[in-house]
Amino acid sequence: MSVGFIMLVHAALDRASSVARHWANSGCPVVIHVDAKVSDADHAAFVDGLSDLDNVKFCARTDVEWGTWSVVKATIAASEMALEAFPHTHHIYFASGSCLPLRPVQELKAYLASRPRTDFIESATTDDVPWTIGGLDSERFTLRFPFSWKKHRYLFDRYVRFQRKIGFKRRVPAKLVPHLGSQWWCLTRQTLTAVLQDPDRPTYDRFFRRVWIPDESYFQTLVRLHSQSIESRSLTLSKFDFQGKPHIFYDDHLQLLRRSDCFVARKIWPQADKLYSSFLSNDPAVTKNTEPNPGQIDRIFTKAVERRKKGRPGLYMHSRFPKEEWENGKTCARYSVFEGFSDLFENFETWLFKAVGGRVHGHLFHPDSVQFAGGETIYNGGLSNSAALRDYEPKAFLTSLIWNTRGERQCFQFGPGDAQQISKFMAMDTNAQISVITGAWAVPLFKSSDNFAYIRREAAALQKIEAKHLQILRSTHAKAQVRVWTMADFIQNPMEPLQEIVDDIAPRGQHRLAEAPQLVNLDGFGQFLQNLKNQGMHPYLMGDFPVGDDLQASAAKPQRPYLVK
Amino acid sequence: MRMPSKLWTAYRLRLKRRRYLFRAFRKRRQLTEVENRTADILPSDILAFATVRNELIRLPHFLDHYRKLGVGHFLFVDNQSDDGTAEYLRQQPDVSLWSTGHSYKAARFGVDWLTWLQVKYGHGHWCLTLDADELLVYPYYESRPLAALTAWLDSTGERSFGAMMLDMYPEGRLDDQTYVAGEDPIDILGWFDSGNYIIHRQPELQNLWVQGGVRARSFFANNPRRAPTLSKTPLVKWNRRFAYVSSTHSILPPDLNHVYDDTGGEKTSGILLHTKFLHTVIEKSREEKLRKEHFAVSSLYDEYYDSIAADPVLWTEKSTRYRNWRQLEAMGLMSKGGWL
Repeated sequence: MSVGFIMLVHAALDRASSVARHWANSGCPVVIHVDAKVSDADHAAFVDGLSDLDNVKFCARTDVEWGTWSVVKATIAASEMALEAFPHTHHIYFASGSCLPLRPVQELKAYLASRPRTDFIESATTDDVPWTIGGLDSERFTLRFPFSWKKHRYLFDRYVRFQRKIGFKRRVPAKLVPHLGSQWWCLTRQTLTAVLQDPDRPTYDRFFRRVWIPDESYFQTLVRLHSQSIESRSLTLSKFDFQGKPHIFYDDHLQLLRRSDCFVARKIWPQADKLYSSFLSNDPAVTKNTEPNPGQIDRIFTKAVERRKKGRPGLYMHSRFPKEEWENGKTCARYSVFEGFSDLFENFETWLFKAVGGRVHGHLFHPDSVQFAGGETIYNGGLSNSAALRDYEPKAFLTSLIWNTRGERQCFQFGPGDAQQISKFMAMDTNAQISVITGAWAVPLFKSSDNFAYIRREAAALQKIEAKHLQILRSTHAKAQVRVWTMADFIQNPMEPLQEIVDDIAPRGQHRLAEAPQLVNLDGFGQFLQNLKNQGMHPYLMGDFPVGDDLQASAAKPQRPYLVK
Repeated sequence: MRMPSKLWTAYRLRLKRRRYLFRAFRKRRQLTEVENRTADILPSDILAFATVRNELIRLPHFLDHYRKLGVGHFLFVDNQSDDGTAEYLRQQPDVSLWSTGHSYKAARFGVDWLTWLQVKYGHGHWCLTLDADELLVYPYYESRPLAALTAWLDSTGERSFGAMMLDMYPEGRLDDQTYVAGEDPIDILGWFDSGNYIIHRQPELQNLWVQGGVRARSFFANNPRRAPTLSKTPLVKWNRRFAYVSSTHSILPPDLNHVYDDTGGEKTSGILLHTKFLHTVIEKSREEKLRKEHFAVSSLYDEYYDSIAADPVLWTEKSTRYRNWRQLEAMGLMSKGGWL
């Protein structure tokens, strides 16, 4: 009992030659199909190089073009020759010139000998497969494809669209249920003979001649008529990239391939000397003689495809620069923006840091300079506190900051006195948690000793900016988590909203806030607002503040930290 | 009515490209052949092109680095070196050398000369266009030669490959450590800024304009627009109709500038480790300030040259120590893309 190989070869003939030699020397006959595109000189040298082996044969050459019937034609020619010339082979293994055996041949022989009736061929109905190049699955069988996908993509696509439009459909021969799967199979002599000697084969061949990529469906469909036992998986490890092209294995995949315990892998980079020298040996010490286990490789490849297609959210760099709305996450992590809090509470930043940890910055968008936590002048990743650098591209500044501090929650203060360009970006960012106490910017003005004309002007300007900012936050396009209170509402009962915000930031904290931040002294604030009104300005964002000190008291009583049960 | 303007832009860029090619054709006479070994070039060779001026100290490691990556032939233009650069290059078996005494600035910072050599020798090859202070690293570069990268690019239908210049700097003052020819400059320049880059998309040429890093932080914090451009497209499957626009920052035709994905994915990309800040930079900055050959309006950069000549410390607590390409990849400075 033995396994025979059929090999389709079109490039890297020296590598194909050493692999064929390896199999032949291990007692496995090999039939090779060399693409007619290979020059006669190269072909002659190739044949000559293997002429000392009597169990290596060459079948008639055809011009093989990817995705067409010629691939199947070559496979059939090689199969027929293998069945006839090597009557003792029990399984036929279909491989290519860029395949590499990963495990000793004796292990493969033993594996197949203990499963004498099993056909290893990936074969799934078209409804059940996710891999469809060009969006074609069942249509591979029902449309016509006279134009080459590789050479004449435009005509290919137009003709497919045309056929769809006019509702053209070919009929699938009775008895056949189209199946798809990896072209690298290993079939028993019985099954392969039955497929090739089927009396209806001319009908089937005529049908498959016009199917697109028939090498992934011809045997996969026909074995379903003849096999007694199909194991729908390939013994050859073969992965595809995001464009449906086969992935290539390099020297640095050595350990990965070894751990896969697969029998054969493709495609191998022709210059991967280390892989060829390591694997072309029948040393059983290197493998564990277990079931093939491509799971780990599958996961790694799935990740690579994901990286190519979706990228790392929140990363902007010179080979990933998504258009707006294509970012798949504008920033890479959640962050919190506090507006008005540091105006209303003494040492709010210290308090917040005690409550949630992470990193609490001052006004990152302060017009004079960036107020990084701890007064740093250069922050993580080399971010500068220069306002000019930041304002040159505020989005880059914020996304870099969040990216550079992955794993650590960032909180910062924001207000109408800050550079405002970033506000729309934050409002659209699902990672932003924005909490606003409107009108709190009036508190520093109230505390300042500037002349009132200036204060009035300043108040009007800030109110206008904040109103515009609120409009952005309330827009239907806003995706940030936004909470807004008027200052009057907030100081009525500051603990509840603060607890809510803190729980959101550190959900596992679970601790009740023990200490409230200290409210600044607001005695006379109502009168201050009244003064602004008397000057013709209309301060409304802070909510309803009564005039007169006595009414102040109810709101501003908790001037010392208090405990909440 | 968008179509006409799009067509108009395409047409203008086409004219621009042809003008550059014609300039290169005219400037061919500025080049004197010193050593021409281009007959040795094999059809599958990857070529490297560079204009150099007094780079003797960098060249041994430069050649070593790119030979290891599998560059088949180097084509150099020597612009008035007086430190033995030309003599050294002549002796290298895989180098062809031209020399010129003409203005670097007037030749579009050397691009015209290289364009002509690329027209003549680059057609059909994957071509690297480099400065002597740039060391290309890309995913898996230690185990996979450039030919593996270019085969991967070929298979995915890419004709160009992007890399960002990463300014490397030492821990102390620039002058503290003396670089010796042949050593790995990264032993001295072991630090970089990992996350302060600023990207704009250039609407017309469709390239990304990346700025930032240590030079923007240290020298252009008050005038970031003037900060040096860091994005480059140094590796291109060359066609004799191609032409770089400004250095290798952008190229025509514009689709070659699409070395990035704009739908959220990541394309494979590399990093050019920029070894400008060796101790020699101080002397060079003094000289460049006087030569005025490196910027279109050189006087705008006097302050920049002065700052470098003052031998500053670029290192900060937040600088990152360079370890390997995997680190750059994990930090998002370059990407494996779909290459595994």
